[in-house]
Amino acid sequence: MGEEKRDSGPLSITYMADMPYDYHAGFYYSRFLKELKDNKRIYGVKCPRCGKVYVPPRIVCRDCFVTMEEFVEVGNEGTLLAFTVTNFPYTDTTRGEPKKIPYTAAYIKLDGSDSNIVHCLDETDEKKIKAGMRVRAVFSDTRTGDYFHDIDHFEIIQ
Amino acid sequence: MKNRVGIVGVGQTHHKSKNTDCKGQELISIAVKRALESADLTMADIDAIVIGNMDHFESINYVDMWSVDGSGGYMKPIMKVTTGGTTGSAVGHAGFYHVASGLFDTVLAIGWEQNSESDTTAAISTCFDPITEREFCGGAIGPLAAQYTAYMSKYGATEEDAALVSVRDHNNAALYNPYAHLRQTITVEEVMKSPYISYPMKFLDICPRSDGACAVIFAGEDKAKKTVERPAWILGVGDCHILVHLADGIGLANLPSLERAAREAYEMAGITDPFRQFDVAELYVPASTAGVTWMEALGLCEEGGGPRLIRSGVTNMVGELPINPSGGVLATNPIGATGLLRIGEAALQVMGKAEEKQVEGARVAVATGFGGCFWSDVTVLSSSTQLD
Repeated sequence: MGEEKRDSGPLSITYMADMPYDYHAGFYYSRFLKELKDNKRIYGVKCPRCGKVYVPPRIVCRDCFVTMEEFVEVGNEGTLLAFTVTNFPYTDTTRGEPKKIPYTAAYIKLDGSDSNIVHCLDETDEKKIKAGMRVRAVFSDTRTGDYFHDIDHFEIIQ
Repeated sequence: MKNRVGIVGVGQTHHKSKNTDCKGQELISIAVKRALESADLTMADIDAIVIGNMDHFESINYVDMWSVDGSGGYMKPIMKVTTGGTTGSAVGHAGFYHVASGLFDTVLAIGWEQNSESDTTAAISTCFDPITEREFCGGAIGPLAAQYTAYMSKYGATEEDAALVSVRDHNNAALYNPYAHLRQTITVEEVMKSPYISYPMKFLDICPRSDGACAVIFAGEDKAKKTVERPAWILGVGDCHILVHLADGIGLANLPSLERAAREAYEMAGITDPFRQFDVAELYVPASTAGVTWMEALGLCEEGGGPRLIRSGVTNMVGELPINPSGGVLATNPIGATGLLRIGEAALQVMGKAEEKQVEGARVAVATGFGGCFWSDVTVLSSSTQLD
């Protein structure tokens, strides 16, 4: 009976095709990524009208909608604004494999920047982390032009 | 607005974790038929259709065309609207705009999703910048969880405050909403004991993903009055998008896009004292934590007052301003339909058709939508064409 029901029930058809993308980094991200790779420096871009500094750099100021051209170096230290210790399984869409968990996502305002970035902390014990802490970028020795590799992680400044 | 607009019909499916009984178009047709039946209309009455979902959950393109089997849009104008988590509320607003413009008299708005067809969190992650953000954003859960660490740190809110929201919404769904996906009563203790999936978010703090659809029919004033005795009049709408750079939204403890959208909708509707003027709210609360942090953006409490509001119990079904009698997003989340369900549920309240979940004497309601990189939609509805 159960067998018969399964046979006559609705079907599901599975599709497993890879769908790769080549994202163009563009002018602003390319400059940003090259500075990380070649000089271990973090660059933002400054609005000529209001003076706000955006990291990562981008073409227009969100408020003024004017083109930004002045690249400025910001600090590799900053303040942790928010975080979460992510510990549930999902597919890493960059690599098409299960995401490595747990990891601590860190939302950080770098010194000298008016916008925030997201990266990870090397601490996954939530009891040891608090919004407001000072953090520092730790660069990878083997840099490749990949933001999430060239800055390996952020560490809490004790 | 050029034309006054009222909601005359609302339909939805019985939402589920995994709907293997039918494919997308069949699901859509169930909601559409129920919406038409509720207003005693037929497809011949419909002048145009607005439909939305999030493409990457099903990897179906041209949903406006693909869905015609279910939407009834054969030989009619159809517009697809996709704005991430706010898709449903944006579909509702687009339906409203169509009628308010005077170009269409009766418009069918449809939101739907078959989330179980793919990996929801992976699909959501593709909304984040692939080069500088996607790696550590963790779908919808991660950013919402992170925002609560900022709010707790700034205002002294606790994980127990969030648990109170989770209990309220889950229990409303269990007790009052036969269409809800999750229908199990829970306790604060159970929420607190459930495992962390993304600190400080626990398993019972976060919405499910559901398969389901919702359809809402918008009509111009004359048509609305002829169709039903008591339409749900749209008095105000507000939409506000923010940056695509997610980190900028998360860094804030608050939700400025909701504050702006609420201000616009309230001005249009004449809402000056939201807590007293609203009889009921259907809010897009995708995580219990957001049920604490976003109340101030809606003007329901002072800055940092979310915990006080939630602890006082005024937002429970027996309170002064019941929030989410349907159980909201924490119980039911067919993502492209979720925002439209908020509008539909709020409409049912002011139409006096909310059945078990009816808030007695509800005349004025607010509905919200929330999406992706922290943007917001707000809708104000009333049983009257204007506020007293």
